[in-house]
Amino acid sequence: MAILIAIWEAISKFEIFPAFMWPPLIIPNDPGGVTILKTFISGFTGGQLLEATYVSISRLLVGFSIAVVLGLFLGFLIYKSKLIDDTLGFFVSTLQSVPNIVWFPLALLWFGLGVESVIFIIILGATLSLTVTSSAAFKSVSPLHIRVARTMGSSGFHLFRTVILPATIPQLIAGLRVAWALAWRAVLAGELLGGSGGLGTLLDMGRSLQAMDLVFAIMIIIGVVGTIIDNFVFVKIERSVLRKWGIQTVK
Amino acid sequence: MSEPHIVFQDVHKSFEQKGSQPVIALDQVNLTINKGEFISLLGPSGCGKSTLLNIVAGLDKQTSGSITVNGQPIKGPGNDRIVVFQESGLFPWMSVLDNVMYGLLIKKVPKEEAKERAMKWLQKVHLGKFANAQPHELSGGMKQRVAIARALVMDPEILLMDEPFAALDEQTRMVLHKELEELWYETKKTIIFVTHNIREAVILSDRILLMKTRPGGVKSVFDVKAARPRQATDSVLVNLESRILVELEQEMEKILKEEFGHDYDLKKDSLRGDSDSHLGSDI
Ligand SMILES: Nc1ncnc2c1ncn2[C@@H]1O[C@H](COP(=O)(O)OP(=O)(O)OP(=O)(O)O)[C@@H](O)[C@H]1O
Ligand SMILES: [Mg+2]
Repeated sequence: MAILIAIWEAISKFEIFPAFMWPPLIIPNDPGGVTILKTFISGFTGGQLLEATYVSISRLLVGFSIAVVLGLFLGFLIYKSKLIDDTLGFFVSTLQSVPNIVWFPLALLWFGLGVESVIFIIILGATLSLTVTSSAAFKSVSPLHIRVARTMGSSGFHLFRTVILPATIPQLIAGLRVAWALAWRAVLAGELLGGSGGLGTLLDMGRSLQAMDLVFAIMIIIGVVGTIIDNFVFVKIERSVLRKWGIQTVK
Repeated sequence: MSEPHIVFQDVHKSFEQKGSQPVIALDQVNLTINKGEFISLLGPSGCGKSTLLNIVAGLDKQTSGSITVNGQPIKGPGNDRIVVFQESGLFPWMSVLDNVMYGLLIKKVPKEEAKERAMKWLQKVHLGKFANAQPHELSGGMKQRVAIARALVMDPEILLMDEPFAALDEQTRMVLHKELEELWYETKKTIIFVTHNIREAVILSDRILLMKTRPGGVKSVFDVKAARPRQATDSVLVNLESRILVELEQEMEKILKEEFGHDYDLKKDSLRGDSDSHLGSDI
């Protein structure tokens, strides 16, 4: 880490690239000049970065929550009905291979420039991915476990809640993790192109102002937010579930 | 005084198979099982023992014919009929205790009482100390004992046991035989018990059904007329054991003949020599 920072600073100090293209990270090139760190801090104290981060994350949460409900529901329908599997299931797995952002022009047409379009592509991408992973997971539940539950008198929603859902938790967490990453990408791509506020829009603004310090500061936030959520939320849950179940983790 | 409990009439079950003839798992089964009877199903692998059990459990449906319990046709699973499966099938996401409590909570037994009853049964299968363990921490035999506790705690009218003791060591098997016999004696449950072990069948049952394959079904029925509690050395039982073995061998021979055709004569001697040496061991 320290070495990377040092190399960065060196490239900046020797002015291999012009300063606006390669701004220094910590030590300013001329007294009082811009650094990424300074932009980062002032962005937060000034509220601009903080607010953009807040906007992006709240969109992510809204879109992702809706996608989880929709994805699990569609996944369950596909699991339950052979007919739905052959029709909707096929359709979904075809659509799923299309990158999210391809939908954006369509979203703009339907919903116009703004939040709705961004949320739309978040939901679309994450839902499709979750539908595919959750239906596959439900199909893989051991028939023996289902028979055990049924002989004890479980059926319908009780069977789903007490057996099918918990039996698929490890796969569902892996699926949520993928869907989350897709959703985070969709938020930024949408904001970048749709200019409706948030980190993506700010990034685009940084580019047009040639303020590379701002661009880099935002990129750091994007990376950090993604990593924190992945490491502190998903990996933690995954580990504790696998340990409880006695499935050995490689590591 | 013996009241019919489960009545089979011309029960037939076949499984469709893609690209080949349907498999006839049960053909023309006519059978009346009385209240409080302990009945064992013996027979070579694939003769429809599990299928018969699953149909009574309501987990599978016969292709034709009728089965009634207390005069009522079977409509689906119900907690008056509980199955102990060939494999334990414990839920890995629940503790051992929660596994045993699972069915009781479905029956709306209050949580405290359910816990008490589950603990009592775990102690009966000598696993009281493992109540809070996760299933993966148990050995195969221990898991099977939990599965047995999970079924028995439900106190069903009919207990359907599919080779419940196959995975256990001789010691535990003996203990559980005793437990099961006592339980059956006390509660007069109707028990259908599938096993590959002739001695086990002979010691536990009132009646033994010997089953056959291709098509699957009942080949012959043996009444076990020995007094209880039984000793494996009882001459009536020893006698019966060898009679059953002879018939079973005929059935096995038939299967081997179909399977191996002309090569069969070579195999015949080895089967004979083998099974004579340990009567009562697994088929
Ligand atoms: N779900 C199924 N689909 C197709 N065929 C099946 C199915 N279940 C059972 N069979 C067939 O039905 C026949 C009887 O099977 P069953 O499981 O009842 O045998 P079993 O007597 O319990 O054998 P084992 O002693 O090996 O447990 C077998 O030929 C098997 O291949
Ligand atoms: Mg079987």
